Amino acid sequence: MGEIVIWALVKIAILFGFALNLSAVLTWMERRQSAMMQDRMGPVKANISGVTLWGLLHPLADALKLATKEDFVPPKAHKAIFVLAPLFAIAPVVMVFAVIPFAPPVCLKQLTAIAPRCVAPEHMQIARIDIGLLYVFAIASISVYGAALAGWASYNNYSLLGGLRASAQMLSYEITMGMALIGTFLVFGTLEPGELVLRQSTIAKWGIVQQPLGFILFFFAAIAETKRAPFDLPEGESEIVGYFVEYSGARFMTFFLGEFLEIVFVGCMVTTIFLGGWQAPGLAADGLHIFGLDLQLPHIAVVGLGLVTFTIKVFIVCFLQLAIRWSLPRMRYDQLMRLGWKGMLPASIINVIITAAVVLWMSSPVKG
Amino acid sequence: MPARTKVVTVKRGLWENLYLPEIVRGLGVTLKHFFINTLGPKSKRQIVTIDYPDVVRELPERYRGVHRLNTREDGSVRCTACMMCATICPANCIHIEAGERENPASRDIEKFPQVFEIDELVCVVCGLCVEACPCDAIRMDTHVHMPPVEHRKDAVLEKPELMSRGTKSIAVDGGAGPDWRDKYTDLGSLTQIYRPDHIERDRERPARR
Repeated sequence: MGEIVIWALVKIAILFGFALNLSAVLTWMERRQSAMMQDRMGPVKANISGVTLWGLLHPLADALKLATKEDFVPPKAHKAIFVLAPLFAIAPVVMVFAVIPFAPPVCLKQLTAIAPRCVAPEHMQIARIDIGLLYVFAIASISVYGAALAGWASYNNYSLLGGLRASAQMLSYEITMGMALIGTFLVFGTLEPGELVLRQSTIAKWGIVQQPLGFILFFFAAIAETKRAPFDLPEGESEIVGYFVEYSGARFMTFFLGEFLEIVFVGCMVTTIFLGGWQAPGLAADGLHIFGLDLQLPHIAVVGLGLVTFTIKVFIVCFLQLAIRWSLPRMRYDQLMRLGWKGMLPASIINVIITAAVVLWMSSPVKG
Repeated sequence: MPARTKVVTVKRGLWENLYLPEIVRGLGVTLKHFFINTLGPKSKRQIVTIDYPDVVRELPERYRGVHRLNTREDGSVRCTACMMCATICPANCIHIEAGERENPASRDIEKFPQVFEIDELVCVVCGLCVEACPCDAIRMDTHVHMPPVEHRKDAVLEKPELMSRGTKSIAVDGGAGPDWRDKYTDLGSLTQIYRPDHIERDRERPARR
């Protein structure tokens, strides 16, 4: 019993250390990357006695600044809900990380053996539940409360409008997001993320190869869910006023961290479902087999390589999200709704129908 | 010169309305900049940021900086308190109180400013005072930014401070006369521009990367 708790704590520490640190780095990366895309320098000045690390100390400085800023609550705001709203925004994002498989299953007793087989390997995800992806959708849909309540509780018309835009947008794109994944469920026949990754053993079996349309639809619907450009109408930090306009200091930081955690989570989801999770080309249970290289590796090294692969893939997807955010202009609200309801939703339904037909044809005994 | 125009036609076909190909093309443009600026050779990087205040961009010759008051050959202020500058000033930031000279110079200059104050926070840096001045007394060629101040009253520059940046004028007291070429061989030394030391120093400092 004690062992289970310890393992759960270890996994939580690994995954949250990874997610929180990556989201902190992303706050810096977003500014620096956008600067590089626009021929600017970006934040490079924060330093500890002259050491700047290319500006990597800026997240630290930002956190210090935001934590020490005045925590302002508008006089007419609904205090209890105003205080709770940031937590409503960040809690679901933290919870959904539980089902992400970040490394191959570990055989605890045979760490140095080559390609060991064991009856009950330790799965490298915090919670291994059969309805994993349904759980993700269930929890993720709660996060709309954060935006809606923040907008309502601020007692500010602009916040309220921002909150309404956020609710409408998130509810609309959630449908597409779910529909886009149904094709993947049909192909892989499982909802459990760990099992999903295990079934993507070669590149030809990766979700992105089997479900390219599903990948594109899911990726863009997920960007819309994270409320980032080109779908950043709920916030619109530069022109239109968003739902957290009345928030400052640590509460604003909570919203901000939630948003960047969502980026990391979208990275994790896309990696797990479409990019083969921790599976790398050539990485098998007994070692590396790539470019004519046959390297026998002990179990622990394979697990480590899987973890590194997962990290790199998540990082690349996050990079892509930031690149998209700084390349595309914001959509108008009617364009957003038209794209969601008249473009992406029908496309995802067509994807489901075609996938279902192909899966049925492939599995029918009379083919060919 | 006729205005330069460029006609841009936007193609809107099925390919463009699919969004995706165009999104990929746009990403290609931005990512090209990103990779050139991060991984590319130093010579090809296009970053235009000047690392101010570590590096100061060279100011144009006619840049309008903080005012100064020029001096006569005997070191007294050139200003005759004629009020031209204070009158033309659109921001009304120049305050002059005239006084009478005790022993007028050869050309009978009777007045001088007892008080000469410019509120640099009110000043709109238009340069009209310099244009209006008939005596080459007030100038803005210092190439100095107005430094930030803690209290508003600190931004009101008074006569001694304005004169501390003053130099002699190219216009000579009493006029140079028709033989000015022979009389004043060192005209160049009279037209010196005020350049504080720290600007030169900063310009020499290499950019920190």
